[in-house]
Amino acid sequence: MILAAHPVADPSAPLARRNPVAKLAAALLFSLPLVATLDPLTPAIALAIELAVVPLFGVRYSTLARRAWPVLIASLGLLVTMVLFSATRTGTPLLDLGPFDVTTGVLISALGLVLRLFAVAIPGVLVFATTDPTDLADALVQNAKASPRFAIGALAAFRLLPLLGQEWQMLTLARRARGIDAGRNPLAAARLFVSTAFAMLVGALRRGGRLAVAMDARGFDSGLPRSYARRQIFRPADTALVVGALALSSLTLGITITLGLFRSII
Amino acid sequence: MSTVVLRGFGWRHAGRKAWAVRDVDLRIEHGERVLLLGPSGAGKSTLLAALAGLLPDDSGEQAGTIEIDGLDPRNARVGAATDAWFSGRRGEPGQRGVGIVFQDPQTQLVMARSGDDVAFGLENRGVPPAQIWPWVSDALDRVGFSYPITRSTAALSGGEAQRLALAGVLALRPGLLLLDEPTANLDPAGATLVRESLERSRDDATMILVEHRVAEALPLIDRVVVLEPGGGVRADGGPEMVFAAYGDRLADEGVWVPGFTIPPLKSATPATPDLVRAEQVTVAQRLAPVSLSVGAGEVLAVTGPNGAGKSTLALLLGGLLAPTGGRIHGFDDERPPHKWRAATLTGRIGSVFQNPEHQFVTSRVADELAVGPRRLGRSPAEVARTVEKLLERLRLSKLAGANPYTLSGGEARRLSVATALATAPRLLVLDEPTFGQDRRTWIELVTLLATLRDDGHGIVAVTHDDDFVQALADRTFPLGTVQPKQPLPRRRRS
Amino acid sequence: MNNRWRTIDIVIASIIAVAFGVIFWAWGLLYNGPADAIPLPGRALLYGVWLVPAVLGALIVRKPGAAFYTLSLAALVSVAIGTSWGWTIAVQGPLEALGAELIFAIFGYKVYRLPVALLAGATAGVVAAVYDVIVWYPDTSWASFRLPYILITAASSLVIAGLGSVLLTRALAQTGVLDRFAAGRSRALV
Repeated sequence: MILAAHPVADPSAPLARRNPVAKLAAALLFSLPLVATLDPLTPAIALAIELAVVPLFGVRYSTLARRAWPVLIASLGLLVTMVLFSATRTGTPLLDLGPFDVTTGVLISALGLVLRLFAVAIPGVLVFATTDPTDLADALVQNAKASPRFAIGALAAFRLLPLLGQEWQMLTLARRARGIDAGRNPLAAARLFVSTAFAMLVGALRRGGRLAVAMDARGFDSGLPRSYARRQIFRPADTALVVGALALSSLTLGITITLGLFRSII
Repeated sequence: MSTVVLRGFGWRHAGRKAWAVRDVDLRIEHGERVLLLGPSGAGKSTLLAALAGLLPDDSGEQAGTIEIDGLDPRNARVGAATDAWFSGRRGEPGQRGVGIVFQDPQTQLVMARSGDDVAFGLENRGVPPAQIWPWVSDALDRVGFSYPITRSTAALSGGEAQRLALAGVLALRPGLLLLDEPTANLDPAGATLVRESLERSRDDATMILVEHRVAEALPLIDRVVVLEPGGGVRADGGPEMVFAAYGDRLADEGVWVPGFTIPPLKSATPATPDLVRAEQVTVAQRLAPVSLSVGAGEVLAVTGPNGAGKSTLALLLGGLLAPTGGRIHGFDDERPPHKWRAATLTGRIGSVFQNPEHQFVTSRVADELAVGPRRLGRSPAEVARTVEKLLERLRLSKLAGANPYTLSGGEARRLSVATALATAPRLLVLDEPTFGQDRRTWIELVTLLATLRDDGHGIVAVTHDDDFVQALADRTFPLGTVQPKQPLPRRRRS
Repeated sequence: MNNRWRTIDIVIASIIAVAFGVIFWAWGLLYNGPADAIPLPGRALLYGVWLVPAVLGALIVRKPGAAFYTLSLAALVSVAIGTSWGWTIAVQGPLEALGAELIFAIFGYKVYRLPVALLAGATAGVVAAVYDVIVWYPDTSWASFRLPYILITAASSLVIAGLGSVLLTRALAQTGVLDRFAAGRSRALV
């Protein structure tokens, strides 16, 4: 399994082309308000909107399914938690399990949570599938006024991500060559994991030290104001995207509140 | 072009007792091309770092003075940024700055795309955007970089990555160019790429090169300076003169002085029947089908260009990777090596990785050696004896309590070979064992492997080192002459 | 004590974050399953692992903002690689990180000994658990679920993120990779 985090979408799609900070802000503004409510209708509407705009981002549904797969796993766990620990068990009982009664109330809450999990995960997938890390860093510096040294430092470290992933695999093989494997023993597996993680950290820190020296040698710490080789411009279309996202999430919440189905999380 | 003057210069890193560099008196004129030599520990890297202005005041103690065009490097570097380029005054002394290229390609590259990486240095100096991209193209042309500016830096081979690093440094037209073992981490093809770039692009910059493949560096330089460990400059002059006078001593100390060869150490006896046999093994997209066998008492060298799958083959033979086709068997076991339990594997086949640090699992050298035997269930007394013997044999006794990660390159290599030997495997698989080593550790390793071979071990070495093959290999297996079925991805040296 | 971040501070904090992104990914490869989302006892007991970058970053870099930056970036990297919890990790991460950051700030960014590390770990853990409980496990009972979850998570974070980070820093210092940091000066003169 390869460790990579690169855009996989069609970069010319209308929404994919938008400024990275705009996309980030839109994703945040659209999904965070969903967190405020427990009912299943809000996330359902949100999900419908998200699935509808997927093509506008140039992402294929199959790609989305692949990237959203781990979310399904998490949602199963959520389901189990609700069944076990739900405080309010209203509605008609469906399964009589004593204190763990599965009632329609419990199921509806669970459904709400699972839908919300997906509704919150998808905007993130869309943003990262359509955004190049360098562009994101540039936009954060030029449009969101983030510190250039931190943005570039983070970018430089991020570039080494696949290398570190490969290193992990080499370290695992190296341990096997030394006669160390875990078999089925979970404790041994944990120790092997920690040993591998430590070795990788040492290698990563060494590389980091060298990288920092090389960056300084090329004037990174000179204190001079940096210029920009690649321009990121915040256009009216980007503002429209952000405003649109906010409007849609307000609309969604509005519908739910009007229908009286809003259930606050507090 | 820059003039470099050092008067009694010395540097001691914080936290160290010994001076890294001492009593260096040196004058280098505009446009000279100097090869800086000396055994390991003579302070070459520290000297270059000082010239590049990379040793901050709080990281150590300085003695004497160091000046580039009359300015301290730490000040010259920062000041050089704006004036020279904006006004086009390129000839002004002290204002052209210093550029330095280091040994590891991947930790010098900052950005994901090649063009962006060259632009990085220009952005740092506040060069106006309109001028950045023309200068980037110019720099890439000068080094002969053969890819478009959108080329991913992760997809570059070692040699290409070093070319890109050089381009990034040259884009700012430094007056002084420093190179700290730029080809040490590269295979011969990559090293050639870098040397060609240097020849094309050097311009009139003053150049100081630290390089241990001396023979190949000779065409690039016109003066040799030898540093004495412990202080001072031992020799300074033209190459012929220096090597004639000091060649012997330098060769003994580990410098690859041209003209000093190593006699071959081939096997006297024929190899006994196979320890491991591979039949048409292949790994999808990494290795085309090959068949080979290795017997006890022989050294088999696997050679081939980058990307042919040498490392993959080493992993297959070492029982660390499962083939996608074909089979491997040996040691009278019907199961293939990749299915053996790790403890069984380590008792039969020992693998030595290209980067010794990948194989360290404890925090003391002595404990490292004990890991293998313990895994095999040996008694504590036996384990102690094995550790003792290996420490002796590989001259690691003084380092028994040291943390493995603090070892020097040569010591770490010896330790990784020792740990492989601790479980007494009959077959040893080594991936690039002589990578980046000075002459002394090289000879040590080759002699050790010859002894092991004569003792009855089978040895497979994946290598691009021709000297190694000449000196030691009883048989050679070249990869890459077999036509691959799928296009093989470029694999870079990390 | 200079509070300005040197290049090496920025790069090392970033590399720690990215390295932990890999560690979390590798962890996911091993332990991917519904058990990952069931809160008791597995997830809560090991919760501290997710918070290590915050304390470790602060212990090594020792500058204002180290805990916050390192853990926030680690969270962002996790989202970029792909996690089960998706996007909200990018919000939860910084919040937890602020918890740890607060403790280091209270001590003026001058104290990096074990008790402070333990406290920072525990605080980050509490923030994380409270966030989870409100956002992901609403409508659950305080007695049978919420309180135990918060307590176990806090304890786990105290031990793994607090004590664990201190031990990890010492072990790293012994290898020599921290020589350019105050944390590495504990090594004897070589």
